[in-house]
Amino acid sequence: MSAVLAAGGLDCHLLSGCGFPAPGAEIFVFQDIFTFTLFQLEFGISKVHILLFLGVAIIVGFFMYAFRRPKLVPRGAQNVGELGYLFIRDGIAKETIGHGGEKFVPFLFSFFFLVWILNFFGIVPGAQLPVTSIFAIPVAFAVIVYLVWVPLGIYKQGFFGFFKNMMFPPGVPKAMYILLAPIEFISNIFVRPFTHAVRLFANMFAGHLLLATFSIAAFYLISASVIGILGSVASFGLAVALTGFEAFIQALQAYIFTLLAAVYIGSALHAEH
Amino acid sequence: MSLLAELTGSIGSIGYGLAAIGPGIGIGIIFGQGVQAIARQPEAYGVIRQNMLLGFALAEALALIGFVVPFVFGT
Repeated sequence: MSAVLAAGGLDCHLLSGCGFPAPGAEIFVFQDIFTFTLFQLEFGISKVHILLFLGVAIIVGFFMYAFRRPKLVPRGAQNVGELGYLFIRDGIAKETIGHGGEKFVPFLFSFFFLVWILNFFGIVPGAQLPVTSIFAIPVAFAVIVYLVWVPLGIYKQGFFGFFKNMMFPPGVPKAMYILLAPIEFISNIFVRPFTHAVRLFANMFAGHLLLATFSIAAFYLISASVIGILGSVASFGLAVALTGFEAFIQALQAYIFTLLAAVYIGSALHAEH
Repeated sequence: MSLLAELTGSIGSIGYGLAAIGPGIGIGIIFGQGVQAIARQPEAYGVIRQNMLLGFALAEALALIGFVVPFVFGT
């Protein structure tokens, strides 16, 4: 709704003379609901922060509830919680990290469900904003993953061993290292965290923009013409179908984010062989 | 210096179209080969699917960067 208002106002329809109010990056900018000052720093709380804290509260609340009194034979919420845990442990940690992956299951588990619920807010009526489509949030996640796997690799393989294993993969002709070593260094140290954040952000950004475009088009095309009404109905149907598609993409992106975090941690734990 | 040719309008959309060619081909190859691998060896479904999605994510990142860049450097 705010997107419609931002893009052209309620009176903007097909034959009323205004062009199609295509949504842009401005639909991701939110006004502060209230501000406060703490230790001489200004803090502004907007919809994004509220959804972020709500997501964290839902995750913490649900899993505290699911595992409050764990039983040998799980029932109800514990079943769901264990299913999620097994999915991360067997599907991601054991297969990707391999030996030593058990220790990182809680880390990956928290990331998967936090990213998923933050993505999922994009199709929750009333929230309608994937929190991860605000670039700062995937960046923070990617930085946390980066700060885990780089020190871990240095700790496990030694400072020089870490960079040697990264920049000089075995089984390559010697002369190729002149070309390969800088590429590997740049791609691992700089490009990895960047694409890790951008992948999640851009998917959610693009998905939200797509939904907004078709919702606004459905609204814009309502007018006193047959083509307008047909177009409006088609556009609305497409928006509904895309909502289902988005639900799939959100889960997939949360999975991919966790999977890549596991791959990075795995590459830090075991050198390439 | 005089301009030989100038482009105005939504250049960002053209840029995104160009940026999507490579990843489009790449994702097609990844899923094509992945489905073939699953058909040949259905019991390795878990590992193949995981690696397929990994390759998909790496290829897709390029298209997504192409999508975001016009918003950042546009206008």
